[in-house]
Amino acid sequence: MYEIRIHSRGGQGGVTAAKLLALAAFRDGKHATACPFYGAERRGAPVVSFVRIDDEPIKVYSQIHEPDLVIVLDTSIMDVVDVLDGLKADGTVLLNSAHPVAGCNGTCRHVDLTGIALAQNLVIAGSPILNTPVLGALAKMGVVTLPSAEQAIREMFSDERNVKAARAAYEELKI
Amino acid sequence: MLTIATGNKAVAAAVKAAKPGVIAAYPITPQTEIVEQIAEYVAGGDLESRYIPVESEHSAMAACIGASVGGVRTFTATSSHGLLYMHEMIHWAAGARLPIVMANVNRALGPGWNTWAEHTDAFSQRDTGWLQVFVGTVQEAYDATLMAFRIAEDERVLLPMMVNLDGFALSHITQSLDTVELGDFVPPYHLPHAIDTENPLGYGPMTGPDDHFRFRWDIERSMRDARGVIAEVEREFAERFGRSYGPTEDYRCEDADVVVVAMGTLGKEAEVAIDRLRDEGIKAGSMRLRWFRPFPDLDLAGREVVVIDRDYSFGFGGVVAHSLKSKTGIEPYSVIAGLGGQEVTYNDIADFVRNRRPGTETWFGVSDHV
Repeated sequence: MYEIRIHSRGGQGGVTAAKLLALAAFRDGKHATACPFYGAERRGAPVVSFVRIDDEPIKVYSQIHEPDLVIVLDTSIMDVVDVLDGLKADGTVLLNSAHPVAGCNGTCRHVDLTGIALAQNLVIAGSPILNTPVLGALAKMGVVTLPSAEQAIREMFSDERNVKAARAAYEELKI
Repeated sequence: MLTIATGNKAVAAAVKAAKPGVIAAYPITPQTEIVEQIAEYVAGGDLESRYIPVESEHSAMAACIGASVGGVRTFTATSSHGLLYMHEMIHWAAGARLPIVMANVNRALGPGWNTWAEHTDAFSQRDTGWLQVFVGTVQEAYDATLMAFRIAEDERVLLPMMVNLDGFALSHITQSLDTVELGDFVPPYHLPHAIDTENPLGYGPMTGPDDHFRFRWDIERSMRDARGVIAEVEREFAERFGRSYGPTEDYRCEDADVVVVAMGTLGKEAEVAIDRLRDEGIKAGSMRLRWFRPFPDLDLAGREVVVIDRDYSFGFGGVVAHSLKSKTGIEPYSVIAGLGGQEVTYNDIADFVRNRRPGTETWFGVSDHV
């Protein structure tokens, strides 16, 4: 089982990113669950959601305490939340950042999802949309396939710019 | 059609397929997504139904009662405080023998304010005459809601039915969902005692002791008959749609020395714990209790039992542990866990089994054996 923890702030689309990722994995023929952890959050507060992907049906409902992959959609969270908590020894981190981030151990990758969203003018209520471009980055990392990522985005959103943003993230992420 | 959905969306999809004529509801976390989705179906023309956005849960159930006795299939959904606010009308729905179907997204009761999973809300309606089933997956939330209309409306039952799913843990988790072509699985609504303006009758008149007592026995007789109807409907569902359900979902129980009994999502998580325990050589099994009313007969003779209660009856004990004890005579190891959404992992459940002390009760993470 491959376990992913997504850190974001309320309103940044972390919950939707989890659903999109589960749908893409499902379209790849895998079993997948997306599970947001709802606290007393509101817009701007740090939030976390979980995705599990497996070849077998998934029976686990509890939170992910030892993720294989940590995704951070807003690196300012790293000042207040230990995003690396429990990360497996061979685990990976994906950061939404134009530059490498100090203090991030493990196999750390970064891609400027915010810049990609802004370039496509993907903005809702003043916030850049991060949950569709991040799927392209995850496809580049092999978590899901690019065709399934694109299909999942089209199933949930009609605006084709979301697919363009995912492709841009796929191209920009360095492996 | 195969897709993915949350538990809430799965319930809404099943309601759309069953086509109730009246839906009356009031939003409450974590149930709101169900009635939002149904409202969208109605507004978009995907479901031909009268959607009544009432001013309270008490009115939601009252509206369902009126519509149901008027000869229309009805549905509502609620949770926690909303369910308790309905309480008076919940008794009425059963007493008037109206097959109303309700989804209850299990949530703790305040204070303190808590929107996470707990079964106390549903159990507080235990003695109302409603059938109650608890589901453990998104698919099961869909399937059980479909079957609820069929079971409740069966003339041998004619009692309302509550489909329970864990708040957030199931209501908001996204899993695969296979929706079905319903065909004639749920026949047109027919209430034998529906209001007929050509043949006026009195409804809910003053009832003397003898008649009242007879009516109450009639509810119990139907509750007993419901066991057979449930088995029949679940069997037909399996034949038509290929998914089997029963009073419990048993996992690796055949040769088990110790069996974990739990409800809802903890009952599914327990299966992962069982695999771990089996790897250690502990012959453990899991029995996820699906039906709460009518309460099923449980075949646990000769086993040790660990019961996980996501509820508590203050001054008495875990509701499931004590129900099981009274039905089977077995003194279980009673674990109180997961109240108000407390995190309980498969590792924790495996520990409950490893550290079991039959005949005692423990509050996970709070008290030692007491």
